[in-house]
Amino acid sequence: MNFLPLLILIPLTGAFLSFLLPRYEKFISLTVITFLAFITLYLGNIVFHNGPIKLVAGGWSIPLGIGLYADGLTILMLSLTCTVAIAVSIYALFYFDSHKQTSDNKDITKSWWPVWMLLLSALNALFVAADAFNLYVTLELMGLSAVALIALEKKAIAAALRYLFIGLLGSMFYLFGIGLLYALFGTVDIIELTHKIQSTPTTLVSMVLITGGLLLKTALFPVHFWLPPAHANAPAPVSAVLSALVVKAAFYTLLRLWLGPFELLVSDLVIQLLGILGASAILWGSFQALFAQRLKLVIAYSTVAQLGYLFLFFPFYHIENANTIAWYGIIWIALSHGLAKAGLFLAAGNILHAYGHDNIHGLKGTSQYLPITLFAIGLACINLMGLPPSGAFLGKWLLLNAAFVSGQWWWAIILLLGGVLAAAYSFRILLFAFQNDDNNIRIHKPHGLMQWSALGLTIGAVLLGIFSDHLLILLSSGAKFGGLNLTEILR
Amino acid sequence: MSLNNSLPLLILLSSFLPGMVIFFLDEKQHRLRTLLNLGGAAIKLMLIGILTWGIFNENVYESRFTLAPGVDIVLHADALSILFVTLSSGLWFVTTLYAIGYLENGPNRSRFFGFFSLCVSSTIGIAMAGNMFSFLVFYEILTLSTYPLIVHRGTPDAMQGGKIYLTYTLIGGAVLLAGVAWLRAIAGPLDFTETGLLSNRTDLSRETLTVIFILLIGGLGVKAALFPLHGWLPKAMIAPAPVSALLHAVAVVKAGAFGIIRVVYDVYGIEFAASLHLLWPLSFLACFTIIYGSIKALSQDELKKRLAYSTVSQVSYIALGTAIIGPTAAIGGIIHLVHQGLMKITLFFCAGNYAETLGIHHIHEMNGVGKRMPWTTAAFTLGALGMIGIPPMAGFVSKWYLGAGAIAANQSWVLLVLFLSGMLNAAYFLPILYKAWFEKQSDNWPAERHYGRYETHWMLLLPPVITGLIALLLGLLASSPYGVLEWVRLIAYREYGL
Repeated sequence: MNFLPLLILIPLTGAFLSFLLPRYEKFISLTVITFLAFITLYLGNIVFHNGPIKLVAGGWSIPLGIGLYADGLTILMLSLTCTVAIAVSIYALFYFDSHKQTSDNKDITKSWWPVWMLLLSALNALFVAADAFNLYVTLELMGLSAVALIALEKKAIAAALRYLFIGLLGSMFYLFGIGLLYALFGTVDIIELTHKIQSTPTTLVSMVLITGGLLLKTALFPVHFWLPPAHANAPAPVSAVLSALVVKAAFYTLLRLWLGPFELLVSDLVIQLLGILGASAILWGSFQALFAQRLKLVIAYSTVAQLGYLFLFFPFYHIENANTIAWYGIIWIALSHGLAKAGLFLAAGNILHAYGHDNIHGLKGTSQYLPITLFAIGLACINLMGLPPSGAFLGKWLLLNAAFVSGQWWWAIILLLGGVLAAAYSFRILLFAFQNDDNNIRIHKPHGLMQWSALGLTIGAVLLGIFSDHLLILLSSGAKFGGLNLTEILR
Repeated sequence: MSLNNSLPLLILLSSFLPGMVIFFLDEKQHRLRTLLNLGGAAIKLMLIGILTWGIFNENVYESRFTLAPGVDIVLHADALSILFVTLSSGLWFVTTLYAIGYLENGPNRSRFFGFFSLCVSSTIGIAMAGNMFSFLVFYEILTLSTYPLIVHRGTPDAMQGGKIYLTYTLIGGAVLLAGVAWLRAIAGPLDFTETGLLSNRTDLSRETLTVIFILLIGGLGVKAALFPLHGWLPKAMIAPAPVSALLHAVAVVKAGAFGIIRVVYDVYGIEFAASLHLLWPLSFLACFTIIYGSIKALSQDELKKRLAYSTVSQVSYIALGTAIIGPTAAIGGIIHLVHQGLMKITLFFCAGNYAETLGIHHIHEMNGVGKRMPWTTAAFTLGALGMIGIPPMAGFVSKWYLGAGAIAANQSWVLLVLFLSGMLNAAYFLPILYKAWFEKQSDNWPAERHYGRYETHWMLLLPPVITGLIALLLGLLASSPYGVLEWVRLIAYREYGL
């Protein structure tokens, strides 16, 4: 019995059921997530012991049937999705109800659960997709449900529309590129395409189109402009999911294609360019975060910066050993950023809930009134700075190693500078939060579980930097840079 | 995991776990918190006793925890780590006692003691780190866990001090990280090795190693307060007295100094470092810092600030001892790690007592304080005389070995520095002692509080008296068998492969 399709079907069913039976939507959604957690664990166990799983759903053979595929990276992305989903769902149980009391938008809770289940289904489908066309469908589905979720907040509608437009533009590029590939090689299956692909000018065009579309969706500097308003204005649980999962999914797609079909076409110039864009994203995003006045905006710009780190993998693409180390490094940064950033957005939601605003100058007394939330913010910030103990530190350490092993030491400077800048904007928040409030501001205390779900995620990000050994072995399963490579290189 | 493998980890956890529990205690659970604090400290000292006995019998203790293939957190007990672990745990115990008395009824005590335990745990981690990666990890955690202690009061001054502290230490940490990652990339795992792990590596470029050495010492020099990286230290003394005491004696400043010892002896190896011409700049920098700190201390009227500059000066003795070639100087440097810690913690305890009991913060207010607080002032006197290096105080022993080592290494000019520094120390400590003992009380005390039988709260009085006496005894009984000096001699000879 194969469980891969269930990852998509269960949340999809959940979406329909919770749409039809709004009275039971919370119960349905929590049941769905419980199932997902067990299935992910089960699949993880299989991949850990037996290697990657490949499956053709629908009974047809490959060109017609829907191919599904799961290796170590897939499992870790699924686990990240599931972990974030658990915390966000628990958080949302209380967030939207209490939000309804304070907001003039009474319908806000109505659509959250079904659309959230739909988004979850799209995310899972994307991570297990084995062909490039499936990736397109899931990207589109993910983008549309994300837009619907952002628009739950009335004041975010403009940002949501912009997001929609950018998403569609990106998808269009992507689809066009895939169309070219299909016309040339008669397949969209990633593995098959990898074998068949040849370096022709048309292939190059398709690569540029696909990459461009995905960069737009990943919000890489300088096409990041749509991200901060969307992430900063969406409701807190939505921001958490967007920053932690949705942008990562686009990056995941990019990584799958670049390490598969496009391998032949990757030139030194392009990878250096991507590295430079990544570095610029780190610096630009951090500087913007340093000057933003609203907590959620700081966090959103920090996402722009943190996404930049992921692109520092590319400069090492062609250098043996360094590429392996860097690949593990950025995956670790992506995972821990996912957990930390989701926790941070939930914590920011708590603050917004408690104070009625999230202006960072008005955060006095957070340490008195919301110690658990502040603790969550602190742990998340350690991750953003890339300091121990955190998953991001391990990722950064590996990336630093790659920089020095390859002799391209200048990337190390960017990494360290990024850490220092992250510390600057983190402590700008913490500085206010640590101050005592003498005026006894009236605050609207969030439910305990809202605070703990934020803390839980950030603790997860810390644990990722401690209990990483087995997870790294899992990650190596089926990876291009797989097997015992890492062990040999690092010893 | 056998006991031998888990003992270093247990020593770390004996302060970490109580700290984690304390975070979630209610402010009012005063007794439970005290029990956890002192209980943890007592258990830690006991475990260290077992560890020392085992090391003495040539057992090997190592806890290894793999983060990724080839990336290990190693807790390893060698002679040098035992010395630092014992020092920090012992002083943690007395400081905890002091802090309980000091913060009585203050706000946010659970937060304070939680981070206090974290701070000590990371110091223990630094002491027992078996490779450069583990050292780095604990070094960074120390930076972060100290920050909430420095800004504990939440006042604008405290926030400002904390900001400066962070700016220095985080940038220093980044520089250190660069050095360690670079070295790791070219030289493989960096397990600390007596006589130096790089000493036989002729395959590495000498220029690269020189640059890495500068990065490492630059990063560590921030915490060790080497000139010109010392600017944060006088600002950080805004912290509550027990924090300043621990910060100056064992935790932060010593972590930097200890790191320098590790890098010079156990990573590069002293002879290899010397052959790269890396030691004379270090010794010159140390000497300059010694004199500079003392001169700055002269002009400070605020007692804690004068003590802070004195730390800048005194900690560089350790770096100096490390940078002079020869086991004798090494003994002087390493033993000063202990001596400076004991003397400086005494002085800070006393400064805290004056401030808490009488509201005295400045030296000009100290006239006649010896009569009002004889025990505290006696302890202060012991600490101050030790700093000057008057026999038979512990500080004299350090200087003796440093001086003898300098002569043995044909660097007699160091004697001049030692002499000058002694004079300057006398110039800024003796007037305080004179005022305290011989001047008459000129005015009312700024803010006097009474504590019944004793001159101050017994929990504030006991710690400085204990540490002051130990500092005296270490000097008096320096050459006794099984003493600290003998242990340090063992370390020094091993580092030189003798």
